[in-house]
Amino acid sequence: MGLLNKLNEPYEAGGIILGTFEDILNWGRARSDWYLHFGLACCAIEFMAMNASHFDFMRFGTIPRATPRQADFIMITGTVTLKMAERIKKLWEQMAEPKYCISVGSCANCGGPYWEHGYHVLKGVDRIIPVHVYVPGCPPRPEAFQDGMIKLQKMIKEEAIFRKRKKLEEDSKIELSA
Amino acid sequence: MGEKKRIELDYSKIESDRMRLNVGPQHPSTHGVLRLEVELDGEIVTEVVPHIGYLHRCFEKHAEKMTYPQVIPYIDRMDYVTSMNNELPYVMAVEKMLGIKVPEKVEYIRVIMCELNRIASHQIAVATFGLDAGAFTPFLYFFRDREYILAIFEKASGARLLFNYFWIGGLSADVHPTFKEDVLAIVKQVRKTNKEIEDLLIYNKIFIERTANVGILPADVAINYACSGPVLRGSGVKFDLRKNEPYSIYDRFDFDIPVGMGEVGTVGDSWDRNIVRMREMEQSCRIIEQAVAQMPDEGDVQEKLPKRIKPPKGDIYMRAENPKGDLGFYIVSNGTDKPERVKARGTSFVNLSVLPEISKGYMFADLILILGSIDIVLGEVDR
Repeated sequence: MGLLNKLNEPYEAGGIILGTFEDILNWGRARSDWYLHFGLACCAIEFMAMNASHFDFMRFGTIPRATPRQADFIMITGTVTLKMAERIKKLWEQMAEPKYCISVGSCANCGGPYWEHGYHVLKGVDRIIPVHVYVPGCPPRPEAFQDGMIKLQKMIKEEAIFRKRKKLEEDSKIELSA
Repeated sequence: MGEKKRIELDYSKIESDRMRLNVGPQHPSTHGVLRLEVELDGEIVTEVVPHIGYLHRCFEKHAEKMTYPQVIPYIDRMDYVTSMNNELPYVMAVEKMLGIKVPEKVEYIRVIMCELNRIASHQIAVATFGLDAGAFTPFLYFFRDREYILAIFEKASGARLLFNYFWIGGLSADVHPTFKEDVLAIVKQVRKTNKEIEDLLIYNKIFIERTANVGILPADVAINYACSGPVLRGSGVKFDLRKNEPYSIYDRFDFDIPVGMGEVGTVGDSWDRNIVRMREMEQSCRIIEQAVAQMPDEGDVQEKLPKRIKPPKGDIYMRAENPKGDLGFYIVSNGTDKPERVKARGTSFVNLSVLPEISKGYMFADLILILGSIDIVLGEVDR
């Protein structure tokens, strides 16, 4: 941030920053995302590697949470089977708005190598919950995870919360009147 | 007003209700997607019922539909922490059916890769066991070293985790020119870190108090449940397929089989299962050093094979020592280029079956530790 460089030469009388409230809110939201820790399969081992010393995921401002109530986004890392699909939907519904989803690995994106004969594999997690960022790979490298995280941060940063909320309210009014 | 009635109560006879608790499948301590149904009397575990099948990825169905070389990537994804070791029994079985012998250099590279992967797997096992006991630092130290091992795999096969490196009749590619020096540097680093971890974690008083005398598995129970690997050896049974039924070229190396001896508690407790893994890393280092010294530099890494691999009609069972234990493949061939049936004897599945037996009567917090000491991978339990 260019702002931090100016801390060495402070503005006179405290200084004033002009900007929209939405920008500041989004800036804060994008840089403190807490995620629901939920490893499913092989990708979870790469996810562990990313949390460890070499890649250090926490510098993105993320902290693993064990409960969906405290999570901002969920990372689906691995194969979603039909038995697990119902649990994932339940967890997604328990998360508080605004919430996001990153689908990691070919299995979660589209079924991956289990696409053709996997009778017990859900062919893409986007069939049950909305997905905001897809990370390809089988399994993706930790750098790919980080790229997905940066994409999600960018998405959150450019989001129009208030306009979206107003629009949602208007939509619901129309539904009620109809 | 009637007389006040006195109620006589024997307070020692009051029993609390048994509580049934659900652990997982979304739980950070279940090492994947295992679901445990636990019955508790207060804080004491009285019954454990593991529910599996949350990662059933239809391995055997895929094996029927794929050609022999195409099955190998699915075998990688069974026990995704130890892919190299998984591939070995399968390729050895198909090679035996075809009646071919792989070049000497391939055998040495396979042994070195398997032992490196055994170290990487045990590092994850001990690191996550430490996490279960509340120690976070060993996790960071182990994963720092594990990245160096993965770098070697990446240079050889192009992948960090799921390699598809052992092919039928050889390897997918030759190793890089500085392979030997890189491997020896890793061995040195692993030994250094293991010494640090012994001070930090293994002989730490808190860790010993937490794990010694917890989850005791007697030798006869371990044999009756067909346990293998560190779970069996932790109970004091000296059984290792690399020594007892040598396959590949393991009979050429000099190494010991570490067993649990009950140094700080009883033989077969969680601490013993963990120390067996730590000592096996040292033995793997010894094997790697000998293999690097004996390995020939020249030579091809792929035996000449027909384009379509068609083993003759028949069946075969081949097993090898996985880091988790005894992994076997039963292959039935019908003479075509696709196997009729591939049945895998999953190590983690068999080892998990002993959990309800050994976790009864311990505290609920110990259940997580006992599960961590068995070291299961759900990809292999459900397949």
